[in-house]
Amino acid sequence: MVDKPVVVEAINLTKKYGEATAVNLLNLQVRQGEVFGFLGPNGAGKTTTILMFLGLTEPNSGSARVCGHDPVKDGLKVRRTTGYLPENVGFYEDMSGRENLVYTARLNGISYNKAKGKIDDLLSMVGLSDRANDKVEKYSKGMKQRLGIADVLVKDPSVVFLDEPTIGIDPDGVHRVLTIINQISREQNITVFLSSHLLHQVQTICDRIGIMVKGKLVTEGSMASLGKDVSGFDRVKIEVQATGTVEKLSDTVGRLEGVKGIERSGDLLIIDAERDIRILISNAISKQGESLLHLKLQEFVLEEIYMRYFH
Amino acid sequence: MSGLATILRKELTDQFRSKRYIILFLLILLSSGLASYGAAQSIRDELSRATASTFVFLRLFTTSGGVLPSFLSFMGFLGPIVGIALGFDAINSEQSSGTISRVLSQPIYRDSLINGKFLAAITIIGVMFLSIFLIVGGLGLRLLGVPPSSEEIVRILVFLVLCVVYVGFWMGLAILFSIFFKRPATSALGVLAIWLFLSVFMFIVANLVTTYVVSDKLGQQLTQEEFAARQQSVRDNVMRISPSTLFEEASVTVLTPTVRSLGPLLSTQTTRLVPNPLSLGQSMGLVWPHLTGLIALTALCFGGSYVSFMRREIRST
Repeated sequence: MVDKPVVVEAINLTKKYGEATAVNLLNLQVRQGEVFGFLGPNGAGKTTTILMFLGLTEPNSGSARVCGHDPVKDGLKVRRTTGYLPENVGFYEDMSGRENLVYTARLNGISYNKAKGKIDDLLSMVGLSDRANDKVEKYSKGMKQRLGIADVLVKDPSVVFLDEPTIGIDPDGVHRVLTIINQISREQNITVFLSSHLLHQVQTICDRIGIMVKGKLVTEGSMASLGKDVSGFDRVKIEVQATGTVEKLSDTVGRLEGVKGIERSGDLLIIDAERDIRILISNAISKQGESLLHLKLQEFVLEEIYMRYFH
Repeated sequence: MSGLATILRKELTDQFRSKRYIILFLLILLSSGLASYGAAQSIRDELSRATASTFVFLRLFTTSGGVLPSFLSFMGFLGPIVGIALGFDAINSEQSSGTISRVLSQPIYRDSLINGKFLAAITIIGVMFLSIFLIVGGLGLRLLGVPPSSEEIVRILVFLVLCVVYVGFWMGLAILFSIFFKRPATSALGVLAIWLFLSVFMFIVANLVTTYVVSDKLGQQLTQEEFAARQQSVRDNVMRISPSTLFEEASVTVLTPTVRSLGPLLSTQTTRLVPNPLSLGQSMGLVWPHLTGLIALTALCFGGSYVSFMRREIRST
């Protein structure tokens, strides 16, 4: 990954709206073929940053480079090779999905005949082939989002910026969108710059994550390295459920080495431990003559990241 | 340039296919058809009684037939509505539906969007009025049986240009409002308010200004006739702030070759008047300031729209 060229770069990028600083001295590098998750709570400056990368908003200071072009001077060149899926993407409702894509192709200077095959491929990739000739006003939010991804890919971009691609759609829709994003990244080697405030949704497909809060990039790295940074010490939470009374279970587990605390949550016990002691727990329960019903290591990393940075 | 052409093409297709366009077209067609039909009836009555009459064809546009207003006054009234209806949601509807950021993230210059919308709207207005004029002309030819002279045709073409520029002004103002106001309802109401003010209340403003500027004190130094003329010219000039006044005065002059002056004439001034009716060149000379004024106002609206659109933040949220 390290030797791949940098395609998206921000150097001390700053944007102010009056007194408020939306983006404050942002430094960032995304390499070719990466899926970069740009995370942060609402109003952190994620959209503003993306707009500056596209040359749709001018920074007050600092600079950006996308595919070797400066968006301020060469916005047109940047927008020729990058796709942008805005948050709450909109289409012309009285045109069909296909007509909307044809319009985008034309705006990119691609004739209908050249774009036709590409558009058919994209529509089938996002699963909209059978609805392509329906007016967009009849589409669901999830379908519009998938059409948006097809729209972004019409111009054969080398980088795509997706602003909150999973917001406001149902779990099935989220899954489909994430699968498509993963697919375009792996199969077409397109660099994906993805902004979201829903960390748990996008973590699975991101190679690297940057967290932005109040205009500042507070941390960046892979999920694993972020988790270590955040927790600082190796502490895990384990969920246990077994036959027999909860009190007895609690008593059994409480005597094990490494247990720091026990919380009760319905039939479940949540054990705060120094390390992963699942084997000890399982053995202890079977020694008592009971059977294990549920045992799970909680992925508390996510929650910790949220608590640490988002609030 | 490919961006501009693409946007222009899409806007034209959209507008011509829209129900809004069909409704506006039918509205104008119905009212102008009825107006010129009424006019043709009363012209025919007149022709059967008197023998010689000049510029019969032009009177199709200026004569009011009985209860119906003339074609000209219908245009003065409905033109702004057409312009406002075509422009009031040009930008803010794209903003609220989230299409604007998607379109602007394509490799096009930002001004292609606003230029495309303006050009498309002007083209639509042109096509709409040209067809209405042709229909009315055909109807008049059928009803009157008198073909227009070449001078009449030129005068009608000038009137057509006036109509397009006049409607274009209101369309430009509506587009300007559609950039300033986020909601289409607000921008529509805003332009309608300005239209009402300029076409209805401007008269009251003109009277107030006149009494203030031309005081009674001045009246004692002037003859009664001079005083009245002074009052009238101040009132006229204030009224000319309104594009409706500019349009009406210019149209009347172009369509009625016998109109020799747009202001009051003193009896002392009437001695050296040019012969009646005026030639086309002289009529044009009379309305040239009006025409350039209207074009300037339209250009001002466009310029304002252009600048504010280029500077605005495009984010949808």
